[in-house]
Amino acid sequence: MVTIKQALDDEIACKEWFLPGNSCCAGCGLEIALRWAMKALGPNTALVTPASCLNVVIGLWPKTAPNFPFTNMAFAAGASAATGISEAYKAKAYRFPGKVWEKMTTLVFAGDGGTTDIGIQALSGAAERNSNIIYTCYDNEAYMNTGIQRSSSTPHGAKTTTTVFGKERFKKNLPAILAAHEIPYVATCSISEPLDIYEKYKKAKDIEGCKYIHILAPCPPGWNYPSEDTVELARLAVKTGVWPLYEIENGILTLHKKSKSLVDPSKRAPLVDYLSRQKRFSNISEQALIKLQERIAHDWDNIKAKLRAQEK
Amino acid sequence: MSKARKDFTQEQETKIIKGNVSAAYAAKSARVQVIGAYPITPQTTVVEKLSEFVDSGSMPGTQYIKVESEHSAMASMVGASMTGTRTFTATSGQGLFYMNEMLHWATGTRLPIVTAIASRGPAPPWNIWADFTDVISQRDTGWMCSFCATHQEIYDEILMSYKVCEDYEILLPKFVAYGGFILSHTSKPVIIEDQEAVDNYLPPLPDEKGWPHIFMDPERPMMFGNLIMPSGFYSEFRLKIHDAHMKAKEKIKNAAKEFEKSFGRNYGNGLTQQYKMNDAEVGMLIYGDLALQMEEAVDLVREEGYKVGMVKLRYFRPFPVEDIINIAKSVKVLGVMDRATAFGSPTGGPVSSEVKTAIEGVEKTAKILPMIGGLGGREVTLEQQTEQLKILIKMNETGDAPGDLFHGTLWHGKLEVE
Repeated sequence: MVTIKQALDDEIACKEWFLPGNSCCAGCGLEIALRWAMKALGPNTALVTPASCLNVVIGLWPKTAPNFPFTNMAFAAGASAATGISEAYKAKAYRFPGKVWEKMTTLVFAGDGGTTDIGIQALSGAAERNSNIIYTCYDNEAYMNTGIQRSSSTPHGAKTTTTVFGKERFKKNLPAILAAHEIPYVATCSISEPLDIYEKYKKAKDIEGCKYIHILAPCPPGWNYPSEDTVELARLAVKTGVWPLYEIENGILTLHKKSKSLVDPSKRAPLVDYLSRQKRFSNISEQALIKLQERIAHDWDNIKAKLRAQEK
Repeated sequence: MSKARKDFTQEQETKIIKGNVSAAYAAKSARVQVIGAYPITPQTTVVEKLSEFVDSGSMPGTQYIKVESEHSAMASMVGASMTGTRTFTATSGQGLFYMNEMLHWATGTRLPIVTAIASRGPAPPWNIWADFTDVISQRDTGWMCSFCATHQEIYDEILMSYKVCEDYEILLPKFVAYGGFILSHTSKPVIIEDQEAVDNYLPPLPDEKGWPHIFMDPERPMMFGNLIMPSGFYSEFRLKIHDAHMKAKEKIKNAAKEFEKSFGRNYGNGLTQQYKMNDAEVGMLIYGDLALQMEEAVDLVREEGYKVGMVKLRYFRPFPVEDIINIAKSVKVLGVMDRATAFGSPTGGPVSSEVKTAIEGVEKTAKILPMIGGLGGREVTLEQQTEQLKILIKMNETGDAPGDLFHGTLWHGKLEVE
């Protein structure tokens, strides 16, 4: 575990790479996620962002917030364009050895729509090829940039502008899908644990191949809660067991300390603590609530089974 | 000279190869640095051959991305080109359609990506044979586009393309199209040029800093492709793309001239190539592989004493308006043969529609007879091509267009259906 002191000793981490003056909403979860990812990765990073909130908040032309190479990208093309950049760095490193090109990290920051829906094909391709990129899904659980439409990452029961009575289907488990691709590194993060974000990106940076990090990033207008509650909600998502924090390194699953005890259902905070603070769940039926609870229990059973299998 | 430049070796050599393999050799001769490709009939042997080159170490330093779709193929080319490398991919028909979004992205980013197209007819019904509707339907993506008539021309045109595309005043992507199967899968002798001679002809690979306008360089952190409000420079960026197309005409001519000087092969003025047009009264404007056989048809009809000629349209984008006007002024009747469709357009044929637009308002131009034929790879025989020329001759003699036109266009060689 990285301590605050260790992070403070890191000169790069003490600097800001995603600069103030961007146009994020107050209380934007994405901003915290990107700031901390960049503190771990530093300036020798090229960032690709397919269509998402980040295209807009990163700066309207001619304003720019990133202090590193950044390109906007078409919606479905995050992982594939990043692969092109990463391979081009290899080609440049061949022609110009000993320069910065061999030290470059290629990063994708995509929303849940750009990852779990339209971008999944390119992502699956990059994962299967084991392209040398870090792919991040910052998950605010709907198409927030276009006005809160449901995505396949929207949880059961949540109201969006295209699921006015709450979503029928469950959230798609993207980290599990990526883990099934047998890539070297899969991790989940929550913006309530910035040091965990820092540590996981540090680790991902030094791994060759395709790395996938899925960050839960609450969204005040999308989830309909007061903007000062962002960190608290992300924390509650972890505490209730809705969002387990783990990493899967070369197939070995490890839970973060905040999630470890939650293997025991009695240690999980009541789900209503999390749901009741978000108006997107204000009309959730008792039936939906039960289904959601069962689903969380089911996900944890899978984690438990995996841990048990590893012990053997 | 850097390491990479010494590693690529090739002596001048004549090989009997498929059109697709000719395209792959061109990519190798051009020292392409990143390839992103997905297989599709009839392009497949391009990517197979390139894979063989890369894996056997004859393209050292070249990265080959085996993507999972054409959308990703073009996205990876956009990413790689932005980073300042020479890139190449190839596709056909449906694959090109699937790339469409990224084609616009490549143009908007002003990336000199060269893409070989083994053209095929759009589905449904499924069709995998020669038909240029695929590449022509990408007309407004802002890509430059040229057609090849021979196996050698595929190799040569890809080399000339990099020269034009990478010119700092141009910086545009480009298609090099040739008929599926007819050129892609038949074998002919092709001269593969000496590596040093190619190096002397082509501009050097992008230097360490990449292109002048776009880079993914931590020492110069910049962001690209931002959202721009209507009051921003959006219109002006668009205007500059059109301006680059207009400027490219001279660059294409120069590239062809220099090519002839370096390698001894002539491609007209680069934009168009004329065959026995000097004293011609009747002419045929035609493109792609059909042009090669048409030369023979012209010879046959000339033996009968008729003054006919042919113009091979090499470039579709930028469209050689000035050449077309001169040609239309020099003959009395001009046939325009499309192996492609543009439904609902003035003539139904994409090039004939453009020709009509190009000569609009110009006095004393030829009568135009739009023709469509050979769609979906249907064979166009030498007899049919001589017949086409004779239709034009008759039109010149009688002053009347043939009677069996379909909305003003002659669909030649179509089956009789009820």
